[in-house]
Amino acid sequence: MYFCTDFKDTVICSKMQRKTLVRILSVLLFITSFSAVAQDEHTEEAKEILPEGKTKKEEIKEFINHHLMDSHDFNLFGSTDEETGKTHHYGFPLPVILWDGGLHTFMSSEFHHGENVVESNGNYYKLYHSKIYRTDAEGTINYDEKHHPTNVRPLDFSITKSVVMMLVVGLLLIWLFRSLAKSYAKNGSLPKGIGRFFEPVVLYIRDDIAIANIGENKYKKYMPFLLTVFFFIWFLNMFGLTPLGVNVTGNIAVTTALAIIVFLITTFTGTKDYWKHIFDPLGDGMPWIGKIFIYIILVPIEILGLFIKPFALLIRLYANMTAGHVVMMSLIGLIFIFKSWIGGPLSFGLAFAIMLIELLVALLQAYIFTMLAALYFGFASESHEHHEEHEGEIQHL
Amino acid sequence: MTIPTIVGAGLAVIGAGIGIGMIGGKAMEAIARQPEAYGKIQTAMLIAAALIEGIGFAAIFAG
Repeated sequence: MYFCTDFKDTVICSKMQRKTLVRILSVLLFITSFSAVAQDEHTEEAKEILPEGKTKKEEIKEFINHHLMDSHDFNLFGSTDEETGKTHHYGFPLPVILWDGGLHTFMSSEFHHGENVVESNGNYYKLYHSKIYRTDAEGTINYDEKHHPTNVRPLDFSITKSVVMMLVVGLLLIWLFRSLAKSYAKNGSLPKGIGRFFEPVVLYIRDDIAIANIGENKYKKYMPFLLTVFFFIWFLNMFGLTPLGVNVTGNIAVTTALAIIVFLITTFTGTKDYWKHIFDPLGDGMPWIGKIFIYIILVPIEILGLFIKPFALLIRLYANMTAGHVVMMSLIGLIFIFKSWIGGPLSFGLAFAIMLIELLVALLQAYIFTMLAALYFGFASESHEHHEEHEGEIQHL
Repeated sequence: MTIPTIVGAGLAVIGAGIGIGMIGGKAMEAIARQPEAYGKIQTAMLIAAALIEGIGFAAIFAG
């Protein structure tokens, strides 16, 4: 097919165009008629009440919510027996460590996925929506008007799924980069094997993130943190895309901890000029009487900015990763919504495309986090010589 | 969740979307004009986009 730009071909062309148009339309009609049938079926299907009194849509929603949360056991997959309606879980249990007027430790397999009440040193515990509550011997959970449990929650120091993944990634990073360091010592600063892949990444972080934002003189102090946080986030994001079903960087507690570390580093490495910028941004350029009126507004904003910067950092990573997981799970859920031949290919095609984007997002979010952390460190470590240089340039011009 | 909060969050996200779109478009123009400054423009673009994106997410969470 070609586009008709010449007046001469208009007649032939319009015929051809009409033909192709008709063809395209008929194919589209064909597809939509099928999906319309499927739609009719699925609305009936979705309203069909499942044994536990939930509709299919609610069940999928619940499944997604469950995936997004941290859990006390490493569940790989499960299958429901059609006849008995019982669900079998495949995976391995993790240790539960509670502080509730004394230490309570047991394996999460004792919960039997929330069905059992566990007795430990005279206290009873029950798992409800992936959270542990203290109950009586029967395991009754009391609710308030909004259907939130009112039972006491013990302090939970358990090795959960997220903690396991963080430990795994931490050990992986230590092992990987130690062996790379050793191979450099042996080969005389030539990368070998997987080092050929990682060397440009490390150099990129040094040259284009650290030196570009912090400056030639002071970047070395921050390099260990920047490299660690970059690879930590990147690897965890990549693990989130595997069928292991982990969602560590999409957990707000994890990103909060990372942001708090960034905040502490910026605060404690802040130079005199950094703090002067916050509490006395105008410097000597104005008499103090004039400054008072401006600073009533300006200084609170600057102080607020100190906290907003890491807050934006934590929300960005958390929201991006959570959104990615929700989209992926919803697309896979389409199979169960459609329940026809169209669901599988549609779900596969969309999920495949989103997966490719997520691969990019996994790297991009790690990069953005490192980049912004470096930018904040750059603000914190700026010194006065810098300004004088610039002022000198301006005068020179 | 009430309807006004949802609409408000939606409007904020539309704003963020337009903002990121403009940043991307302007960055493309800048790269077309000065291809040798590709790296610097891309970095600045990503930082600006990330900052705006943060506002969008904050709106979603507020909504």
